[in-house]
Formats: sequence, C-alpha cells, structure tokens
Amino acid sequence: MSPDPKAFPQAARDALKDPLLRPALGRLKTHFGAGRAAAVQRYGDFESLREAGKAIRDHAVTHLDDLLVTFEASVNARGGTVHWARDASEARRAILTILQDAGAGTVTKGKSMVTEEIALNPFLEANGIVPVETDLGEYIIQLRKEPPSHIIAPAFHLSKEQVAQTFLAAHTGLDPKRSLEERNALVQEARAILRAQFETADAGITGANFLSAADGAAVIVTNEGNGDLTRLLPKTHIVVTGIEKVVRDMTDVAVLLRLLPRSATGQPISTYVSVMAGPRGTAETDGPENFHIVLVDNGRSSLIGTEAQDVLRCIRCSACINHCPIYGAVGGHAYGATYMGPIGAALNPGVMGVAEAAHHANASTFCGRCAEVCPVMIPLPKIMRHWRAVEYSSGLAPKAITRGLGLWAFAAKRPALYRFGTRVAARLLRLMASSGMVRALPVKNGWFAVRDFPAPHGKTFQQQWKARR
Amino acid sequence: MSTRPRVGLFVTCLVDLVRPQIGFAAVKLLEQAGCEVHVPPTQTCCGQPAWNAGADGHAREIARNVVAAFEGFDYIVAPSGSCAGMIKRHYPEVFETDAVWLPRARALAAKTHELLSFLVKVCGMTGVTAQYAKRVCYHDSCSSLREMGVKAEPRALLATVGGLSIGELSDPQVCCGFGGLFSVKYPEISERMADDKIADACATGAGALIGGDLGCLLHLKGRMARQGKTLEVRHAAEVLADMGGEPALGEP
Repeated sequence: MSPDPKAFPQAARDALKDPLLRPALGRLKTHFGAGRAAAVQRYGDFESLREAGKAIRDHAVTHLDDLLVTFEASVNARGGTVHWARDASEARRAILTILQDAGAGTVTKGKSMVTEEIALNPFLEANGIVPVETDLGEYIIQLRKEPPSHIIAPAFHLSKEQVAQTFLAAHTGLDPKRSLEERNALVQEARAILRAQFETADAGITGANFLSAADGAAVIVTNEGNGDLTRLLPKTHIVVTGIEKVVRDMTDVAVLLRLLPRSATGQPISTYVSVMAGPRGTAETDGPENFHIVLVDNGRSSLIGTEAQDVLRCIRCSACINHCPIYGAVGGHAYGATYMGPIGAALNPGVMGVAEAAHHANASTFCGRCAEVCPVMIPLPKIMRHWRAVEYSSGLAPKAITRGLGLWAFAAKRPALYRFGTRVAARLLRLMASSGMVRALPVKNGWFAVRDFPAPHGKTFQQQWKARR
Repeated sequence: MSTRPRVGLFVTCLVDLVRPQIGFAAVKLLEQAGCEVHVPPTQTCCGQPAWNAGADGHAREIARNVVAAFEGFDYIVAPSGSCAGMIKRHYPEVFETDAVWLPRARALAAKTHELLSFLVKVCGMTGVTAQYAKRVCYHDSCSSLREMGVKAEPRALLATVGGLSIGELSDPQVCCGFGGLFSVKYPEISERMADDKIADACATGAGALIGGDLGCLLHLKGRMARQGKTLEVRHAAEVLADMGGEPALGEP
C-alpha cells in the first residue's frame, strides 16, 4: 500500500484485485448506507436539519477568526491552554513539548484523524514516547502498521479473521490456542489489553468533533467509551483538532450532534457524547490536571475565500465516503491520503496541492450521490471540478486529455467542420465494426481496455434529418 | 399561427453519431405530444466533456454556440438527462462571471428539459400505444436522477407499453461507472462498477436494459459485449416510439 496520492491509479488497480477487500467494501451498504437511510426516514424533516447544519457551519467558516479568538479566551478562562499550529510540523512539536513537560512516556489516544494527518505517531515514537491507539479500529491498524482506510471506521477494510490473525501475532503473552472466532472475543481481548494502558498512561490525546467558542469546550462522539478513558485518567489531556471545528456555542453543537451520527452510522445519537472543558476543578476528583488544545491549520485557512471554501463545512461523518461508488470499488488505502473518498477528493488538492492530489479530483463520475447525502450540503462534485479546472489551467492535466479535448473542441465550435467530422467518424466506426461492435482500436488503454464500442448503424442523425426534410 | 409549442431538439453528440434512431424516436414522441420540433443544424455538443475536464474556456465557447442555437425556441429538450443537466444546472456556472451571457444562459436553462420528463410533466403525456413484449429493467442515469429529478416519468410511460413489464434494480441509485472521461481515465474502476450494474440488471430477470442516457448505455453494452452477455440495451425513447423492433444497441 502506498501513502502516495499520485500512485492512485496503480493502487486502485491493486485494490480491485484484492480478494479480501471486496467483501469488506460490500458491507458499506449494509453497515452504513441502510442505517443512514433508515435514520433519515425516522427523523422526518431531515432536509431542514441539513439546512440548519449548513448555516451553522457556514457561519463558522466565514467567522473563523472571531470564533477562534473567543474560543481561546474561553479555554484560558477555564484554565486550559491553546496552542496554534500553522502546519503539521508545528503541531507535532507543540504536542511533543507538552508531553515532555509532563514527563510522559506513554500516551493513550482516542480516535483523531488530525493526528493521522500530521503523522504524529511515528514522530512520537522517534522521540521516545509510546502512543497507544484505543479506538478498536485504530488499535487494530496500529498493530498492523497500516493507515486508516476510512474516516470513522479505520479498519473497515479488514475481516474479523484478519483481525484475529493480527491479535494472535501481536498478543504473544496469551494462549496461542485461544478461540478468536467470535467478534465478541476480539473485542474483549482488546478491552483487557487496553484497560491496562488506560490506567498507566501519562497523557491522553483525543481529537474533537466540535469546539464551542462560547464555552471553550471540545466535544467528541464515540461508541466505545475509550474517549472518556483517554481524557479522564491521565494527568495531561491534549485535544488535537483542525481550526475549522469551532462553532458559536452548544446550541450549534446540539444541531450538529443530530446530524453527525445519523449521517455516519445511522444512530440517532452516538453511545457517548463527551464534553471536555478545561482541567479538573479544585473540588473535583476526576479529570486531567492539565488541559491543552492544539489547533491545527495545515492548509485549511488557505481555502477561505476560494471556490473550495465550502469543504471546510465538513463534519467528518463519512456519509460521502459510505455512498461513493469509487470508494466502494477501491477502498480507502488506494487514495494514499488521510482523507479519502469524495471529501478527500475535494479537500486534498486544496491542502496538498493539485499536482499532488489531482487523481482524487479526477477519480469521480460526478454521480452526485456524495452531495446528496452530505449533512452540511457541501457541493463536493463542484469543488472537485474546480480542482480539475485548476489542474487544466496550470498545464498539469495529462497531455493526451488536453490534446484530445482541444481537437474535439476545435471542431465542436465549428458546426460545419463538426458535421463533416461526425459523418466520417460514423462511417469509419461502421467499417471497423463486426457484429455491431467495434472490438478494438489501436489503443489498448482507455475505453477498449475493458469494453467494446457499440457501432453506429451508418449515417449521423444530422445527415438523415437533412435528407428527410 | 400555430399554437403548438416550438421545441428545439438537442440531439446530443452521442445520439447524432452512434444512435440516430433515438433522435427520430424523440421527434416522433414530441410530435405525438403536440409539439412542433426543430433541429438546429448548428448544434454540436453541450460542452460537458470540456466542462467536466476543467477546460473552462472550451466549455464556454461551445456553450455559447448552444445558447445561440436554441434560445429562440419555447423549450429545449434533450433525450439525455446528462446533456439537459449540463445546460440546466451547469450553464449558469459556466457563465458565472459573464454579464452578457449569464442572463441568456439562465433563460435557456429555465426552459431546458429531459425528454421523458418533458413529455409527462409539460406535455401531459400519460401513455403510448407502442408494443414491446419484454421484461425490462430501467437504468437511472445519475444526471437524470440527481440533476434533473427524473425518476417516475420514464417508468410511468414504459408501464403503458403493450407487453412490457418492469423489474427494478436493487441499487437503482448507484452509478454505472460511465462518467464520460472517467471511463477512459480509470477503466478498471469503471469496469468494476459496470460489472456490478450488469449483475444487478441480470438478477432482475429482465431481457432488456432500458435507459434514458446513451452514455451509460454505450458503456454498459460495450462491457456486456466483452463479457459475452446478451441482454438487449435500448434507449427508452425507442421503446416508447414503438421502434423496439429495430436492432438494439450494438446489434448488427
């Protein structure tokens, strides 16, 4: 598997040939698609909820500076500390400094895509700190040394048999003859091992689904409770998140909390909703003694004021990924990036550069299903098309495409020439056909790599229409 | 003076080149519905391939040609949700920063329709007299479904065809993998999507796959031929215009 977005075509071809991936991806529809559809149906006026969510996130994106200033003041008032990180490197260093100041040797982690984005774990390991992922899916892929293949279900690409093999190989202190056939046995084993980690960790790191500016609070949703154990047990808690997650207040958060789980897993609400605001108070017996929030920009603010700005509304629910036929065919690893599927296709070219992530924007049929299910109505195909336009105008598009389009457009702007060309083409294609099909052209890639082409029956419509009238 | 609505038929470049009988079927249906049909000879293509590829300059120039060719009619109708969607949904984006052409593009967009939904919603057509004794499944193109909101109309009209019965696909809202240049740029992904769609179509027990967009149909039929599958593939307009006896797509 390649972490290189430019390698998408080959990685996608490899993924299509992976016999284990197909049944895993087949579960998208039953796991998430059907759940979302039922949840939307039960809710009733989901469209109004989407409108409300869009308005809240739009307000956040267009008032980001004010909200972040308010947020920082609120965090400070509660005794927490905000750290600003312009890029991945600054974020990693800020986190390392906090951990070193705390004398931390091990750190438990709740699920956080931003820490994947900034490649935090290898950096911590290189600096002598052991990170332990505690979300079950994240824990599994950490053992396998793989990146997440999905935003909310990082180990979605694996079967329970693969997970059992992973545990047998990793948990060497346990009876090698134990049965790991049942899903519950896997969960219980991970639970038991992680419990000891929670109790001994020096620090905890979580992400944030939302930040409330008015309260200086970070909110996370989980289904495993590992987020609470990560943030409550160690002395130091660090929230690492993108700057765009901030909204006005808990009233805004409450609306988004109705949208997120329904769009993601089809749940009316997640099992846990945790609100994290500052270190423990003097009269409190639980919670961290030190509370830090690392706010990561890493290219996000550069999207403000551009045609891709709406992508910052994203609440990372994965509905677009769960309903994307391209993702459903190749899975998340083929993208070679932290964010995959339609949201990755709209976000990655903006933050990584079009030269790096152009395949993500191109690998879409523009079927529009992602925009249809997006809880905050991000026009994902429109943003992907924007990146294609940037690619085209920067001269980065493949020459075969630009030359072909140029030739075709030259004719399409000249109706007489175009009609002549189509007459010739119709005739040629008919001559090349056998039993109604053009079987192959000299080119062995593109259309004819996997398909024949139904041949014209003779004259073009315009030719025949002119003859009839 | 005729009070019949003057309809400019946008033939679509694929129909013009590969399957002219879809154009003639559209003319027949529109005339049955009481329209006066015109086919501007200066039309070429709607410009969608250029627009989707990000070639905005090319797309604008081609779109101007379409606007100029069709703005004089009461309606512009295309036997394709994809081309109709390009004109209706995307021309206003194509000319977003063009003060001269934007109002003209918007005016054209407002009177642009996909053929089957035009017949039902605007012309009030409730049925046809055609015969086609087959069980069929209907493939919704993504543009028809999501850009033009066409879903019930083709099924309603097809249900009135003599001898025809419809078996629904299990996943009618899922893309078939055509996507214009996508099918050329990422053929293997496109292949997987086509194979899933074809398997779904075959599972309905249908003898024919009917659709409203030639792009999807060329892709699916082309793939079926490579697989050795013999499911008949046709545009819905052909069946509705009682031209279902003619050779199907890709048949000699």
